This record gives sequence, structure tokens and C-alpha cells, in this order.
Amino acid sequence: MTVTIGSLAILLALALAVAGALAPVVAGGRDRPWLPVVGSLSIAGQLVLVTVAGIALGYALVTADFSFLYVANNSSRRTPLYYRVTGLWAALEGSLLLWEWMLVAFAGLAIWWHRERHRELMPWVVAVLSSVSVFFLGVLAFASSPFERLWPVPMDGRGLNPLLEDADMFTHPPLLYAGFVGLTIPYAFAMAALITGRLDEGWIATTRRWIVSAWAFLTLGNLFGGWWSYHVLGWGGYWAWDPVENASFLPWLPATALLHSIQIQERRGMLKVWNLSLIIVAFALTIFGTFLTRSGVLSSVHAFSAGPVGGLFLGFLALVLLGSFALVALRADRLRSQPEMDSMVSRESAFLVTNVVLAAVTFTVFLGTIFPLVAEALTGVKLSVGAPYFSRVTVPLFLLLLFLMGVGPLVAWRKASLDNLKRNFLWPAALSAFAAAGLAALGIREMWPLLAVALSIFVALTIVLDTGRAVRARQGIAGEGMLAALWGLLRRNPRRYGGFVVHLGVVLLVLGITGSMNFSQEKEATLAPGESMGLGRFTVRFEGLRASERPSHSRVEAAFRVFNDRHDLGLLSPALKFFPGRDSPIGRAVLRMGWKEDLYVILSGFSEIKAGQATVKVLVRPLVVWIWVGGAVIIAGVLLALFPLRLRPAQT
Amino acid sequence: MRPWARLLIVFGVVTPLVGFLAYGFTRDPREIPSPLIGRPAPPFTLPLMDGGEMKLEDLRGKVVFLNFWASWCPPCRAEARLLEASWRRHRGEDVVFLGINMQDREEPARAFLREFDITYSNGIDAGNRIAIDYGIWGIPETFFIDRNGRISYKHIGALDAEIIHAKLEEARQGVVSRREGKGDYRSIQ
Repeated sequence: MTVTIGSLAILLALALAVAGALAPVVAGGRDRPWLPVVGSLSIAGQLVLVTVAGIALGYALVTADFSFLYVANNSSRRTPLYYRVTGLWAALEGSLLLWEWMLVAFAGLAIWWHRERHRELMPWVVAVLSSVSVFFLGVLAFASSPFERLWPVPMDGRGLNPLLEDADMFTHPPLLYAGFVGLTIPYAFAMAALITGRLDEGWIATTRRWIVSAWAFLTLGNLFGGWWSYHVLGWGGYWAWDPVENASFLPWLPATALLHSIQIQERRGMLKVWNLSLIIVAFALTIFGTFLTRSGVLSSVHAFSAGPVGGLFLGFLALVLLGSFALVALRADRLRSQPEMDSMVSRESAFLVTNVVLAAVTFTVFLGTIFPLVAEALTGVKLSVGAPYFSRVTVPLFLLLLFLMGVGPLVAWRKASLDNLKRNFLWPAALSAFAAAGLAALGIREMWPLLAVALSIFVALTIVLDTGRAVRARQGIAGEGMLAALWGLLRRNPRRYGGFVVHLGVVLLVLGITGSMNFSQEKEATLAPGESMGLGRFTVRFEGLRASERPSHSRVEAAFRVFNDRHDLGLLSPALKFFPGRDSPIGRAVLRMGWKEDLYVILSGFSEIKAGQATVKVLVRPLVVWIWVGGAVIIAGVLLALFPLRLRPAQT
Repeated sequence: MRPWARLLIVFGVVTPLVGFLAYGFTRDPREIPSPLIGRPAPPFTLPLMDGGEMKLEDLRGKVVFLNFWASWCPPCRAEARLLEASWRRHRGEDVVFLGINMQDREEPARAFLREFDITYSNGIDAGNRIAIDYGIWGIPETFFIDRNGRISYKHIGALDAEIIHAKLEEARQGVVSRREGKGDYRSIQ
């Protein structure tokens, strides 16, 4: 019954999506009164039907209906309710359904919000969104259906992959999908503008909020992924440049570039082709990421089960790239940028260089990701590209971006005068150089971390200096207090100051990454009960092993008492979890977070022969916590920029 | 630039890109060619299940057929009868068949040998030491070792009769296969 409802809903939604995609074609590009009606009905109908399908699958998961192949594969009687729900996106079919649902939900929102504006564009926006939806629904209906029956119905299911039994299962995948899907909306507007030839700036302003939101979702999704990796996977790291991590990072890069370059188009009417290309590339990279994850073409820790879906995604990717860029090529005559660049030292050029560098990072990460394929195709040599390549190539580029992040927001439009430069950058440059010299004197001699810290200080100082001046000015004119003046600034110019807050968040992120990349320590030892080992300012004393049974697995825990200069900081108990039916145990690392550094303890093994011995790996990773703090600050900044504070400051 | 020229550029860039990605489907990224082929076989001493032990070095001058297996592995089951038949056919020659049982328990392993009436020597690889030396990734995996103690061929998955005979003959003549082979056994889930 549930199976039938689900499959039927998908098929009906597919029919509606086809109607929405074809409507403006049938209308022959003319404005017909029935077009908006068909468009709204198509999207609304798809939303309702896909929601029904989602509820059907959710219901089957929650009630442990093992007549669904999908439920039997990703859930079991022992699976707690929480993870039965997250089972919705624990595997390929369900995650595609979630993706599709988000797509039609965002499409519905976009069409509802912008129903009054862009009357000429809207039918095509609906058509493009519906076409993307046709693809996903087609895959869901015919290639990788979550509504596959299983007969005979088994007594119990296989259960969720134990690595996915984590609270972040609720955050990381849906946020990432929201970011991916969010990029579809600007793409649809861009395509509609290209098809209709209405290439003025109107649509770009409309999509700005979508781009900013998608960017925020991508940022959060990636950070939560890092957090997950850091505290669940138990290897002590948050980023490994694995192909699938790259796949989720890649769309973020052109989206970041886009955030900056659309400002130039809004202000100066420049970079039209560039912006369109960025939108297309960002969207294509989300499809590329899905292809990579679902095709098994590259070896990765994240791979979903491979199937026919990979080929379909590749075909869709080819279609998107060819179709979209062909349109750009055909419309290129209408996309002439108006003015030329006035000076190399101006905000336009700073933003432009930022864009070029981000494009370079996109290209290097993309190249590194697919290089194993290219190498084997051309030379037959098997190789893998690892973190050293990515770090070596991207770190200098990211530091250049950091520098531009300090310069870009403050340098004048059109042509910066020497006075403008002196006024904004003399003190920050001098002070950060001074700080760098101080750090070097304290013993930090490696170039890259030193540069990263100096540039971070530079960026923070430029922001503080500029905001400080503006606050002073308001205080002088209106006689406000300092906080009231700051509040007033935020209210008056949320985009600028929201952006500053985002930049401060990025600075914190950079500090966290720099600290943990360059100054981590680690040590591994086999200890008998009562023995201890020291690392940095910490000493851990092994207190013994304890075995216990949990509903879904059995585990061996090792207790370690942690001391910091003789202060007892309490117990840390890393564990190894043994799941029935899986060969190797899954580690559960534990960490003690601090503002200065994290202490991270991993149980690598224990001896059954010499009873009671444990092998333990201890890591001290400085400043990691600032990565997460930076992420929170970034999101606060985005919220400020997106939802301007309309509240009046408290008045007496 | 004319529109068709721009279109040509678009096609010129996108097509090879998609081509590379499509090429990915023709290969298996998890399959890493064994660096052992053509190299001396890692030495080992294997305690035999019928008692006594077998030292690889003592088999110099003979062709060795080395098969890693476990009783719970379906493709091992699929090839077991064939391995025994090949052994009976070649046993008079200077060929030694050797089974290495791994990641298994002794009881089912012995039952497996009885079930297929295996008469060539088998031993248990306690602690997977030999398997690690030979870079075993999945079972069954079979190594052909020539008279000079060099690995001449490696096969992943179930074997078939032609391959066994051909590769034994090659090992006898000291011919080294450049690529490892792959059985096409598929388990039904």
C-alpha cells in the first residue's frame, strides 16, 4: 500500500514536471494568460506529490516496514527512532528523494516570493526548475527507486551504517543538499534570462539572496561535515581532501566568487558573462559532486553504492554544460559589459582578482580531484592525489584571498587615491607586520603560518579601523553612544557590515586551520593499567579497560585520566565499537575541547593476550575550536546581511 | 567571434571533460595492481592442517599454486571442486598446490575440505601474517609461483580450468603475466 502510494506520487509528479517544463515551449515564447497558472500548478503539484512520497518513505522507515527494500537495507528493529528518520537520506535512493523534495520546495518558495516581478522570466524559471525536477524524478521513478518491494519480507533489516549513527546525520547532509539545491534557483533565473534575452540587472538582484543563502548552507554543510569527521571518524582530522569532500567544497568556491562579482555587475554593469558562467559552473559542480559520490568512479571513503545512477548524472551534467554554455555563446552579443576598468587599484579590480584567484582554486581542486582519472586515461598509471598536493597548491592561493579580503571592502570604487590607501591600510599593514615580527621572535619561523596569522591580523584591523571610524562619525553627528552607533550602522548598511562579520568569521576559521595544520602534536603508545604518557602540557594515565553491551553493538572502553600540570581534568574514555556482521570495529574518539587546544584520544587497539593493555593515540590540536566559532560568526554575518535588523534601538 | 565559433569552443571544452569522466566507468578505482607480480614470492612457513609444516623455500624448483580461501566465502566454494580436479590432473608433475585458510575457524575449514574432498595440502594462516605479506584484499586470491620462487601470475576471484592450466604452463616456462586476472564470479545477494 505505502509502496504504491509512493511510486504513484513520484510518477504523477513526473508528469506535472514535464508539463511545467514544456509549457513555455508550447506557448511558443509568447505571453499567454494560462502560462503562470500552469507553472504555479505544476510546481505546487510537484511539491505536494513529492511530499507525499517523502512521508510514505518516512512512514515505512518509522514503522520498520521491511517490505521496502530500502527500509530493510537501512534500518532494523534495533535502530532507534531518531536514526530511522535520518534513514530517509542514509542511502542513495532516499537522499535523491530528499534532494528532489528540497528542489520543489525551494522552487515553490522562489515562485511564490517573486510572483509579482519578472513576469516574462517566470514561465522559463518554472520550466528550467521543472526540467531539473524531471531528471531527478525520472531517476527516482526508473533507475533508483526508494519504493522497491522486497519479497519475501525479512524479519529484520540490515540496520543503518554505524558510522551514520550520529547526531550530525540531521545537520550535515540536509544542509549540504540545501546549499546544492539553493544554487539551482539562480541557475534557473540565469537560464530564463538567457532564453528570453532579458539580460538586464533585474534578475541578478533577485537571485542575490538565493546565492547568499545557498552559500551559507554550503558553508554550514561543509563545516558540519568537518565536525562530524573530527569527532566521529576518530582520526583526529576534519578535512582530508577526499574526492567527495572536494565535491561538496567545489560549488562553494564559485558561489563565493559570485557573491563578490554580482556586486560589480549591480554597481557597474560589468562581468555579465563571467557571472552567468559562475552560476552555471556552480550549478554544474553540484551535479558533478552527485555524480562523483554516486558513480564509484573515484575511490572515496564516502562512496554510495554504485549503480546506473552515475551514468545518468554524467549525461545530465553533459546536457547542463553544453546547453547552458551554448546559450551563453549564442547570447554573447547582448552581454557586452558597459564600462571598462578604470584603474588597477580599485574595488572592482580587487574583486576581480578575488574572482580570478577563486577560479584558480576551483580549477586546482577540480583538477586534483579528477587527476587520477586523467592520468590513467592518458598514461595507464594508477595514482592518487592526496592532501599534500592540495595543501601545497591551495594554501598560497587562500592566503592571497585573505589579503584581498582585507583590501577589497575598503579600497575605493573606480580609482583609489593614494590618500584612500594610506588612510585605510597604513596602520593595519604596519601593525600586522609588527605582530608578525613579534611572533617570529617568539619562535614561529615557518613562512606559511606566519603569513596566515599576519594577514588575519591585517584583515581584522582593517575591519576594526573602518568600523571604528564610522562609529566615531555617527557619535560625532548624532551624539549617540558607541553601541547605539554600531547598532545604527548595522541597520543602515546591513550588507556591508554583515559582510564584515562574515569576514571576521573567516579570519577565525583561518586561525583555527593554521593552528591545527601546523602545530599539532601526536604520540602513540601501548600502556598497561597505571602507566601514563605525556604530550604537550598533558599527561594521560591509563586506568583500565571495560567491556559493555549496547543495544546495537558491544564496545570496549578504555578509561584515561587526564592531567594538566598535575591538575586532574577528569576521565576520557575512547572506545572501540563492535557491530554484529561487520569485520572491523569502529572507533569512538573522545576529545576535550579548549579555547587554546583540543586533546584528542583515540583507542587504536587493546591486547587480548597480555590482558588489560591498550594502544592509544593522543593528539593535541591547537585552536581547532576557532574553526567552529568562525563558522558560527560567518552564519551570524550572513543572517545580518539577509535579514536587516528592523528593530529600533532601545529608546528611553 | 561568430556564434558558431563560440559554440565550437563550448563543445571543444565540454566533450573531453565528459569523456574523461565517462572513462571512469571502465575502471575500478579500488583495484590496485599488485606490485608483487614478477617479484620473488614472500617467504613463509605454513603449519599444515594434517600436521607438519610447509616452507615455501623448500619448494624451489617446483611450480607453486598458492590459493587463499575461507569456508564462508562463496566464490571459494565455487572454485573448490575445480581446484581439486586440477590438482589431481597435475599432481604427478613438479607442481605443488597449497591452500591457505584465512579469517576462518578451524571447524568449518575442515568441514569445507571434507566436503570437497580436497587432497592437496592446506594450512591455517594464524593472524593473517601471510595474507598481509601477499597483500590479500579479498578472497579467493591465487598466486602462481615459478620454479625460481618468483610470482608469475595473480588471480583475484574464482578461477576457471583454462586459466589454471595455461598459467601453470606459463609458470613452468617462467613466463610472467603483466596484469593480474579477475574471476567473473558474482555472488547473488
